[in-house]
Amino acid sequence: MSEAILRTAGLTKRFGGLVAVSDVSLDLHVGEVHVVIGPNGAGKSTLTNLLSGDLPATSGRVMLDGRDIAGLSSDQISRMGVGRSYQKTNIFLPFTVFENARLAAQSRTPYALHVFGRAEQYDAINTLAGAALESAGLSHRAQRVAATLSHGEQRQLEIAMCLATRPRVLLLDEPLAGMGPHESQRMVELIGKLRNDHAIMLIEHDMDAVFALANRLTVMVNGEVLESGSPEQVRSSPAVQAAYLGGEEMLHG
Amino acid sequence: MNTGTLSRCLPWVVVGLFALFPMLESTFYTQLVTKVLIMAIFAMSLDLLVGYTGLVSFGHAAYFGLAGYALALMGPKYEAASLWWTLPGAIGLCVAFALVTGLLVLRTRGIYFIMVTLAFAQMLYFVFHDTKLGGGSDGIYIYAKPTMNLGETVLVNLEKLDQFYWLVLFFTAACYFLLRRILGSSFGRALMGIKVNEHRMRALGFPVFRYQLASFALAGGLGGLAGYLAAVQFGFVNPEILSWHQSGAVLMMVILGGMGTLHGAVIGAFAFVLLQEVLSNQAWFGIAAKHWQLAMGILIMLVALYLPQGLAGLLAKLQRKPPAEAEEGADV
Repeated sequence: MSEAILRTAGLTKRFGGLVAVSDVSLDLHVGEVHVVIGPNGAGKSTLTNLLSGDLPATSGRVMLDGRDIAGLSSDQISRMGVGRSYQKTNIFLPFTVFENARLAAQSRTPYALHVFGRAEQYDAINTLAGAALESAGLSHRAQRVAATLSHGEQRQLEIAMCLATRPRVLLLDEPLAGMGPHESQRMVELIGKLRNDHAIMLIEHDMDAVFALANRLTVMVNGEVLESGSPEQVRSSPAVQAAYLGGEEMLHG
Repeated sequence: MNTGTLSRCLPWVVVGLFALFPMLESTFYTQLVTKVLIMAIFAMSLDLLVGYTGLVSFGHAAYFGLAGYALALMGPKYEAASLWWTLPGAIGLCVAFALVTGLLVLRTRGIYFIMVTLAFAQMLYFVFHDTKLGGGSDGIYIYAKPTMNLGETVLVNLEKLDQFYWLVLFFTAACYFLLRRILGSSFGRALMGIKVNEHRMRALGFPVFRYQLASFALAGGLGGLAGYLAAVQFGFVNPEILSWHQSGAVLMMVILGGMGTLHGAVIGAFAFVLLQEVLSNQAWFGIAAKHWQLAMGILIMLVALYLPQGLAGLLAKLQRKPPAEAEEGADV
């Protein structure tokens, strides 16, 4: 098994008296999809925010390539190769779909100081943006204003922007939420393909997708890891079955 | 002519027409238009912050005034200062001031940003108002206007109204084309992204603070250019050019013209200065002329309520929906 590219140890986040994430340790490997499931309020999104630097951790470590990145800002972490998508669509609504992806791609290039060159003149950026839209299945919408897209398409754009930053680690927060069955299917295939050269953490409620993709499965409840391991292990864990009492069918998809 | 060609050529045509202005018009109007063009530079520099970077500064007069005082204090007292170094010096000082204050104010957002930018401008106001550094509340006269010499020959003498007008026009045009170019670049796109969704820009890996600081410094420098030219035109500086009235006036120009469109800032400067001239004309408005701010305030409110995109937005709307009789001519 390959060395974990991203690993957390004892990661904890407190909001006043509330412990949103408590002593979470997990690792992400290239070639694997690590799915995190759990009921609403289990701390899954907070965990994502801790890994991406959107929120500072109260204690614990986040190691990327063996380096502690807890405490770095989200833009620094992004530039180190950790890309994330948001549960609530977080895009540039007044811009075209292409400009959304182009801006994302631009963040990886040293052209910021070329203040006199037209933004569209860099082939490398345009190609990257185009490829990201293609992967997410949005090429045909490139010239539309993002605000006019359907909810599902905005979700696809969310993923495309994340891909355009060429991350090594992908943190996907409920990417399928709000997508139609066709788009969902497509997105599951895409994530399956991305697995080959990315380390992926996937937060998802859609159990078909979860068991189609998961190499490792972590169940969170009340900010704590209830169970973590291979999908089969987790499925047969008494603790998980107790916690999901009556939720049997959910785990069997 | 399609709109792309139109938007590319129109500014040059406008600049060309303005260049002819001093030959056609009286001294009074040449001076008035000079003043408008200076305010247009000032408004464009603020629009970069307000309309493109999403930073509503209420202390932009700091740079305007600082550059004016820089000219008054750097030049010799009774002889003409050299444009060669007093102008870059004044602008450089403003950029430096913007960089230093920017490091602090850019840590705040929204209403706090408005308050802290105002506080820095007021600080400068009281430095010049309450100390002898710049002549206190009386200010300083600039007895001789700067000249640009090459050896013994005087290339540009700003005592001459026409030359001053053309120099101001040159800087206004340069400022417009420079900002347009910058805003079309990767850097400009990043600024617009920050305005729309700062949080996502960060998540995409953009060092937002550095972009904002660069924009803040550029806006400060261009605001300084306007302040320098204004000091040359008026021939004196006093603390009023640093006051929050001045910051408010330029903010009103940007809002009046339409935020986030460079030409809107120019139109806003025109509308504001001309309205001020008209509304304070005693021959026309008698006693009400004294209270021109009241009428101006009502007009600004109406624009904010009914034309949120400002005058530039109104023009764009007219362009998109041309009246029936103009339909044929619209597509030339």
